Amino acid sequence: MLFFVLRRLGVMLLTALALTFIVFYMTNLPPNLEKLAKSEASVRMADDAVASWLEENGHGGPVLLRYAQWIGVAPGWVRLEDDGTTRGRCIASGMAPEDAPTYCGVLQGQWGYSTVFKQPVSEVLGRSVGATGWLMLWVMVVMVPTSLLLGVLSGMREGSRTDRVLSTFAIASTATPEYVSGVILIAMLASATAGISPLLADWGWISGKTLFQGTATSAMDDITFWNFALPVATIALYGIGYIARMTRASMTEVMTQQYIRTARLKGVSFKQVVMRHALRNALIAPFTVIMLQFPWLLNGVVISETLFNYKGFGWTLVQAAGNNDIDTLLGCSVVAVFVVLVTQLISDIGYVFLNPRIRLA
Amino acid sequence: MTDTNWDPSKPILEIENLSISFFTRLREIPAVMDFSCTVMAGEAMGLVGESGCGKSTVALAVMRDLGKNGRIVGGSIKFKGRDLTHMTEEELRHIRGSEIAMIYQEPMASLNPAMKIGAQLAEVPMIHQGMARDEAWKLARQIVADVRLPDPDRILGSYPHQLSGGQQQRIVIAMALMSKPALLILDEPTTALDVTVEAGVIDLVKDLGHKYGTSMLFISHNLGLVLDVCNRLCVMYSGEAVETGNVKDVFDKMRHPYTQALFRSIPLPGADKNSRPLVAIPGNFPLPHERPQGCNFGPRCDYFAEGRCNKAEIPMADVADSNRHESRCLRIGEIDWDAPLKAAKVFEKTPVGKVVLKLDDLKKYYSVSTGAFGGGSRKVVKANETLSFEAHEGETLAIVGESGCGKSTFAKVLMGLETATSGEIMLFDENIQSTPIQQRNTDTISQVQMVFQNPFDTLNPSMNVGRQIIRALEIFDYGKSDQERSDRMLELLDLVKLPRAFAERMPRQLSGGQKQRVGIARAFAGGAKVVVADEPVSALDVSVQAAVTDLLMDIQRKNRTTLLFISHDLSIVRYLSDRVMVMYLGHVVEMGTTDQVFQPPYHPYTEALLSAVPIADTRVIKQRIVLEGDIPSAMNPPPGCPFQTRCRWKGKVAGNLCETVMPPVRMLEGQHQIKCHLPDDVLANMEPVIKMAAE
Repeated sequence: MLFFVLRRLGVMLLTALALTFIVFYMTNLPPNLEKLAKSEASVRMADDAVASWLEENGHGGPVLLRYAQWIGVAPGWVRLEDDGTTRGRCIASGMAPEDAPTYCGVLQGQWGYSTVFKQPVSEVLGRSVGATGWLMLWVMVVMVPTSLLLGVLSGMREGSRTDRVLSTFAIASTATPEYVSGVILIAMLASATAGISPLLADWGWISGKTLFQGTATSAMDDITFWNFALPVATIALYGIGYIARMTRASMTEVMTQQYIRTARLKGVSFKQVVMRHALRNALIAPFTVIMLQFPWLLNGVVISETLFNYKGFGWTLVQAAGNNDIDTLLGCSVVAVFVVLVTQLISDIGYVFLNPRIRLA
Repeated sequence: MTDTNWDPSKPILEIENLSISFFTRLREIPAVMDFSCTVMAGEAMGLVGESGCGKSTVALAVMRDLGKNGRIVGGSIKFKGRDLTHMTEEELRHIRGSEIAMIYQEPMASLNPAMKIGAQLAEVPMIHQGMARDEAWKLARQIVADVRLPDPDRILGSYPHQLSGGQQQRIVIAMALMSKPALLILDEPTTALDVTVEAGVIDLVKDLGHKYGTSMLFISHNLGLVLDVCNRLCVMYSGEAVETGNVKDVFDKMRHPYTQALFRSIPLPGADKNSRPLVAIPGNFPLPHERPQGCNFGPRCDYFAEGRCNKAEIPMADVADSNRHESRCLRIGEIDWDAPLKAAKVFEKTPVGKVVLKLDDLKKYYSVSTGAFGGGSRKVVKANETLSFEAHEGETLAIVGESGCGKSTFAKVLMGLETATSGEIMLFDENIQSTPIQQRNTDTISQVQMVFQNPFDTLNPSMNVGRQIIRALEIFDYGKSDQERSDRMLELLDLVKLPRAFAERMPRQLSGGQKQRVGIARAFAGGAKVVVADEPVSALDVSVQAAVTDLLMDIQRKNRTTLLFISHDLSIVRYLSDRVMVMYLGHVVEMGTTDQVFQPPYHPYTEALLSAVPIADTRVIKQRIVLEGDIPSAMNPPPGCPFQTRCRWKGKVAGNLCETVMPPVRMLEGQHQIKCHLPDDVLANMEPVIKMAAE
């Protein structure tokens, strides 16, 4: 087990290196850098001025060397200016060059400076990942039990009325994109003029104007049921349908297996057949899917966060990408790669516990 | 138990005029019609028939587990006097597993892969007797010991995939016995197992039947097994019982043409490919919705009488002067049942020609990693060890052995799917042991061809039959034009006795036997000199087996092909092969002519194999030799002689020679070779395993 985990961690490290290099290369393509120079220095810069600005600010030189500096395995660039001051990647303003560290990359915790938020990237990421973490947590809490329950209920008697009703719901929910379901939910539950809120307000059942809040901005400081229910529901609805369909497929397949017949002909009651014999076998396939939902959530929240104005990871990513904020984009990609790889590792290990036939190799 | 007022002298199970249908969108498909049988306490009833005859449907109907589409449309099933057909789900649940238990065909699929063996066993008394968990596990442990599994504690704590097939089947049996049922239904319980393992399981079932006084409903297509296990027998054909009676009566004095035809199509001792060939049943099994009017067997019957047999439904009738022996035939009294079989055709024994294939010291090793989490140590699996033999033109050489003995590996190396580790294979005068199939030239490829075990998976489902054969001809570079190849394809269809119209058919429109014929046509398309037939008939029904075997022999006589016949079925091997090679754990333990191998002196393993084969002939007296344990893993073979762990003759060899030294190959008289340490006088005094009782 330990050996397997170590080996997987090694592979993960290599994958992370490869992926971040690709992102680094793409974000540091010459047009991007030109845009950066123009936005940082002057919009009306001539081409040679752009080139010299890039050269002076450490964006010149071979891409591999710059990547190594960003990672923190090559010494940060240092430059002696004409006026006698020394500038460098690792020299913050007001710091004596002698005190500055030689290396300052991701490994040293120096994630760079966000040009959009005017903050160090680590702070930006810390805040946004934290916010999205809460959102993901609640989505998972709602989505996983609901979808498994729906899937198992519809899969245990294939073709029954329960199955058809639940399947219709699952297909409908997964076929509705978030920007549609989100808008519908807001209109239905969080509008002062449409949906059920005006009615409830008329009857005096709710004190405010709307049942739920249509924006989740206040949830950044304090999560309540009223400001968080809609974003969570929007994301969860889509995932519920998907996971429920997967669970149903896996459950129907398990229910036709011979060992289920064995159990039935042993005299096990239907409830027990489902609970004791079918469930564990049926959860093997959805488990992988659920673990794949984590990376999907991390990036898939973009729409919902924008819709509900919740400043999480997806929102930050959109801002960074839209404003050519290279350091923030790179930081986001590191976080994303990390989440994907860790959840896949957990998925593989969990698989072994669910399925005794699998040996990790 | 709820039924205290049941009288043990009454039948345990009484099925009367049972009819079962499956309902599809198109039509109602009658699967079983007017089926009756009774099983008395302590009796073992055999249900015999070819696939699709409805025998498993009867078993599932007794369990009332016919699925969504199946329904009992008539008749009754009385268990201890109570009609099962009218019970509610809840009532059934109390009977299932506690009073009627079932043993299934595929043990691996029938055990829950994600539950420990102990939990699966203990569940039964916990449900039915409300037993406490600890007590149930204790009982499970005792029953596991009862089914003669070593180290019960370890087994209870393991998962199904950690056990071998034979052990799994013993667990399924143990599960059925957990609450001491009154009736045990066994649905082809040993079909998936090796013969020596099968013999052990069958012995166990018989013993336990005696010990607990359980009645049995034993479903099988293997007549030999039924003779071994059952008291009474019911032969089914196309959804109907055609003959029922005591096993001895039905075997010796059969009174239905189908039963007779069935016995004539299986290779019993005495049958011989040249002097007494098998008689295949003509025609095909009727599909459930295409059954003929009157007698279902009519169109294939030798005694068919127009206007009588196809007029009306035929009822079961008592056979005169008999004890509970019935047959569904109008002409019981008219047919001369003892008339000797007309010898169809007597063939000259084909003379054996020059050496076509020569193997010298062939070895094939695989290296595999053993660590549970990857890495770990690398181990060598010795799949083939020092394989040396010659095969001549026009000869049938049988390769016999149980799963894992290396016979399929050898076939792969010969075909070029794998390359040999060392040694050589000479095809005529060419070395082919290290040429993979991609690098072989067209000539070599068309000369060495293979007929596969499972005809259902080996044909491309989306290409018609003619096209598939023409494709083979193209690969073999046969002919100059499409016309020439197409003509040759039609000739090949003639050769395998399929109508030429079949060229246009898709594989799904063919029956198993017809598919296998296409497979044979494809193999012989390029005029193959050596054909490896890997269990070519084991997936087919008995009556079809005879026809396909005959066809192979026919083509061999015509083309003087060398046939390497890989099989685990010794009856068929004895019937058709000239020479036999017995393999065990990658070693050739015995090789000689068919007579030499089937007569003493035997290699101890051959002796056990012969004894394990069930023979459907009441006159045969067999010496019972049951091998203990399973075949050792090829990854971890025992030191010394590979067979020493299961050998019953080991005591006759001085010292610990068997455990330490690999026995040398010894030549007995007439090119008969044996790999064994036994001294000459012991070998010479061996008794034959199979004897015919004096008539």
